[in-house]
Amino acid sequence: MSAQRYDVVIVGGGIMGASTAFHLRTVHGKSVALLERGFVGAGASGVNFGNVRRQGRFLPQIPLSHRSREIWGRLPELLGEDCEFLPTGGLRVAYSDADMAVLEKHVGEARDWDLHLDLLGLNAIRSRWPWLGPDVVGALMSPADGHANPRLVAPAFGRAARRAGAVIHEHCEVADIAREPTGFRVTTRTGLEVRGEVLLNSAGFWGGAIAASFGEPVPIVARGPQMAVTEPLPYFMEPVLGGVSSDIYLRQVKRGNVVYGGGLRGPVETDPPRGRPVPDLSIAQWGRVLRFVPVLAGAQVIRTWTGVEGYMDDDIPVMGESGTTPGLFHAFGFCGHGFQLGPGVGAVMAELMATGRTVTPIEPFHIRRFAHLKPARPA
Amino acid sequence: MVDPRIVIVGAGPAGTRAAETVVRHGLRPVVLDEAPQSGGQIYRRQPPGFSRDAKVLYGFEAGRAGRLHAAFDALAGKVEHHPGTLVWTVRDGAVHTAPADGGAVGRFPYDALVLATGACDRVIPFPGWTTAGVYTLGAAQVALKYQACAIGGRVVFLGTGPLLYLVAYQYAKAGAEVAAVLDTTGFAAKAMALPKLLAVLPALAKGLYYLGWLRSRGIAIHEGVVPVRVDGADAVEGVVFRSASGEERRIACDAVGFGYGLQSETQLADLAGCRFAYEPQSRQWLPEADADGRSDVAGVYLAGDGRRVRGADFAEMAGELAALAALGDRGIAVDQARMAALRRGLDRGLRWGQALQAVFPVPHHFLADLPSETVLCRCEGVTVGDARRAADDLDAREINRAKALSRIGMGRCQGRYCGLSAATILADTAGEKPETAMRIRGQAPVKPVPLRTEEAAS
Ligand SMILES: Cc1cc2nc3c(=O)[nH]c(=O)nc-3n(C[C@H](O)[C@H](O)[C@H](O)COP(=O)(O)OP(=O)(O)OC[C@H]3O[C@@H](n4cnc5c(N)ncnc54)[C@H](O)[C@@H]3O)c2cc1C
Ligand SMILES: Cc1cc2nc3c(=O)[nH]c(=O)nc-3n(C[C@H](O)[C@H](O)[C@H](O)COP(=O)(O)OP(=O)(O)OC[C@H]3O[C@@H](n4cnc5c(N)ncnc54)[C@H](O)[C@@H]3O)c2cc1C
Repeated sequence: MSAQRYDVVIVGGGIMGASTAFHLRTVHGKSVALLERGFVGAGASGVNFGNVRRQGRFLPQIPLSHRSREIWGRLPELLGEDCEFLPTGGLRVAYSDADMAVLEKHVGEARDWDLHLDLLGLNAIRSRWPWLGPDVVGALMSPADGHANPRLVAPAFGRAARRAGAVIHEHCEVADIAREPTGFRVTTRTGLEVRGEVLLNSAGFWGGAIAASFGEPVPIVARGPQMAVTEPLPYFMEPVLGGVSSDIYLRQVKRGNVVYGGGLRGPVETDPPRGRPVPDLSIAQWGRVLRFVPVLAGAQVIRTWTGVEGYMDDDIPVMGESGTTPGLFHAFGFCGHGFQLGPGVGAVMAELMATGRTVTPIEPFHIRRFAHLKPARPA
Repeated sequence: MVDPRIVIVGAGPAGTRAAETVVRHGLRPVVLDEAPQSGGQIYRRQPPGFSRDAKVLYGFEAGRAGRLHAAFDALAGKVEHHPGTLVWTVRDGAVHTAPADGGAVGRFPYDALVLATGACDRVIPFPGWTTAGVYTLGAAQVALKYQACAIGGRVVFLGTGPLLYLVAYQYAKAGAEVAAVLDTTGFAAKAMALPKLLAVLPALAKGLYYLGWLRSRGIAIHEGVVPVRVDGADAVEGVVFRSASGEERRIACDAVGFGYGLQSETQLADLAGCRFAYEPQSRQWLPEADADGRSDVAGVYLAGDGRRVRGADFAEMAGELAALAALGDRGIAVDQARMAALRRGLDRGLRWGQALQAVFPVPHHFLADLPSETVLCRCEGVTVGDARRAADDLDAREINRAKALSRIGMGRCQGRYCGLSAATILADTAGEKPETAMRIRGQAPVKPVPLRTEEAAS
């Protein structure tokens, strides 16, 4: 029996894989099969903090981030739902002159990348957000950033891709990828076999193992950012909050719950994947949350969680074509900042695979930056 | 050799007997309970300053309650007891605590952990169940037992399970007006139909006694009813139900106590990593353990209603047996004959528990007929219709997936009260067996913990 053949086979249905499937179908008309070990968008993509933030990024990533932001604004039109994306503005606060200097520098450099930020002094902050803690001395506002509900976004991309004709197999863990004269044959643990002209490795942390199996190992580790949410409180915190040195970030959803995260990242289990928050790390967040937003004292924390995220040693993802294998493409290892990028990464990877090039610069993320690393066994 | 550190969560019948057993073997266990005093649910003690007679509080169980309290009190100085202390998570061989008074969080490492966390009310939603004045049967009882308050001036009790007639009786005896008892299962007929041996189960015998007592006081008892709705916009004004003969009837009242038996409190066992198995009668996933209470996680033992609802007497046995197992596993000499006897006793408990469930079946089938606007998850305001749409339109037939997409079970109760009903609704909608919807994965904290400034305990 010959396996069904597709233009593109996608391994991994997080936000990267799901959004790539969507763009391959809707923009480029390619046939697509996506294989996901669990549910689409239930990994890092479904449990992250939900920050749709451009400021404070690695500067050469800002064009990709802009492209993504443009798609965020069109989710209702593209997916038929807004996934609770709220462009409330994102505020990065300073606790000290040193922090303030970092923000001042960023205003200028970001402007060169077409990201316009407003530097706010103490008076502006006190009058607009009187509930910020007394240690806050200034802040940088990115007016069109915001936040969204991560549990909804990747599944919505997956459903929209399916409606547009993509074949989506959930609960199908890829066990083997074999190179063929033209393209790839992919076999899952459930016994399914599919062929693809082109293969996208969007397997998150596990993308590292897939790359290594094609003779291009990368320095990736799995860690779990620690997250928590309070009971619903009266809505007061409009912007998403982050800090320069405070290492805590917060947002309030319209229902009233305050979601926060930050601090040390905990260990996670990757096979099978399981993120369990570390109690001591959760406790260590409380003081930082209260320094930032003192009025949260006494608010009840109702849930903590974490997820499995892949971090590269240089803190930027792997994106682009393989350095060893024609037809293989990578988009993995998003180092804790892939949620905002997801919609744009899908558009860019689809464009790259369908047309051989992309208008958005992604050179700095190419896997060949790790070419000096020796494969575990010679290819 | 250093003494093994034994931590017991829960100071009810199971936890008390476990602690006593550990002390008897020369060790000093840590006993943690979120309640302000020992006793657990059934033998909950009244607050300091209250002086009601034990007979008034515990009825038939006064003797047992007294013995259990005395047993715990005799341990004073020999156990490290922390009342008013919530265990909010378990990880890496330690339990983490948060005291109710807002004091410092704590961390207790253990070599053996006995989870004796008890049970809570089983709820099946129906229209109006979130109206002010509607309580669970357990909460109605707690109000009376602990605070000496009634939930209303004219109360209807509704549902099934041993607590239904008991609480109605306790209210009537305390002088509250019981407007009616609405029994969804037809307890009396079922109990009578049981084989002789089972019909003498103390719980059934007592149930029949309460029922007779209520009838003789002229209190209306309707069997085989289906709840239709609670009337009243801001507060309860009445209950509408469909009688066994199919007609709709209304009873005016200002409060409702309802419930369908008990369900095990299993969140800590889940966080400890214990394997769970599906139990079809109750449709609850329960942590697995061997006859002695050993879970599949080394060092974690399960006892009492938190493992399986079998009632207080069996909880006492299970607590003692789990403690003996924990001690024996750590090389301490224990009485094997005693263990064998306890195992036999618990085996009987298992059969009795099953018989009780057969007499007081949870009316899972009510869920299929609920109007879609009925609130299912009250913490997050998710309706029955939302759950059905999650299963249908979003393909979310597994409960954690439905939770992610619809917020069912995302609120402060962590799905305790809606999770089991939601699983049945998802499965019904998908035309699948209820166990295919799985169970809500436990997440810390098992109950809310207030934000405060605190450095991590070292
Ligand atoms: C707790 C947490 C908080 C975060 N907060 C933010 C934030 O606020 N803002 C932000 O921008 N980013 C944030 N991130 C990072 C962001 O979530 C990730 O960068 C992003 O979701 C990565 O998407 P992905 O599709 O690459 O990976 P994933 O979502 O991990 O998807 C990879 C998928 O591949 C599947 N897979 C793996 N191996 C196989 C196989 N062999 N066969 C089939 N399928 C396979 C997995 O099951 C998984 O679903 C956070 C991450 C975490 C964990
Ligand atoms: C509300 C209610 C009323 C009941 N009334 C009756 C009755 O009148 N008659 C009858 O026969 N049976 C009654 N039962 C059933 C009876 O309580 C049980 O069969 C019996 O108490 C089981 O004993 P146990 O030791 O297993 O659990 P319990 O007696 O329930 O004790 C468990 C203890 O663990 C503590 N605990 C649980 N989780 C945590 C945590 N995370 N952190 C710290 N402490 C924790 C609780 O505070 C509790 O004190 C009732 C049950 C409930 C829930």
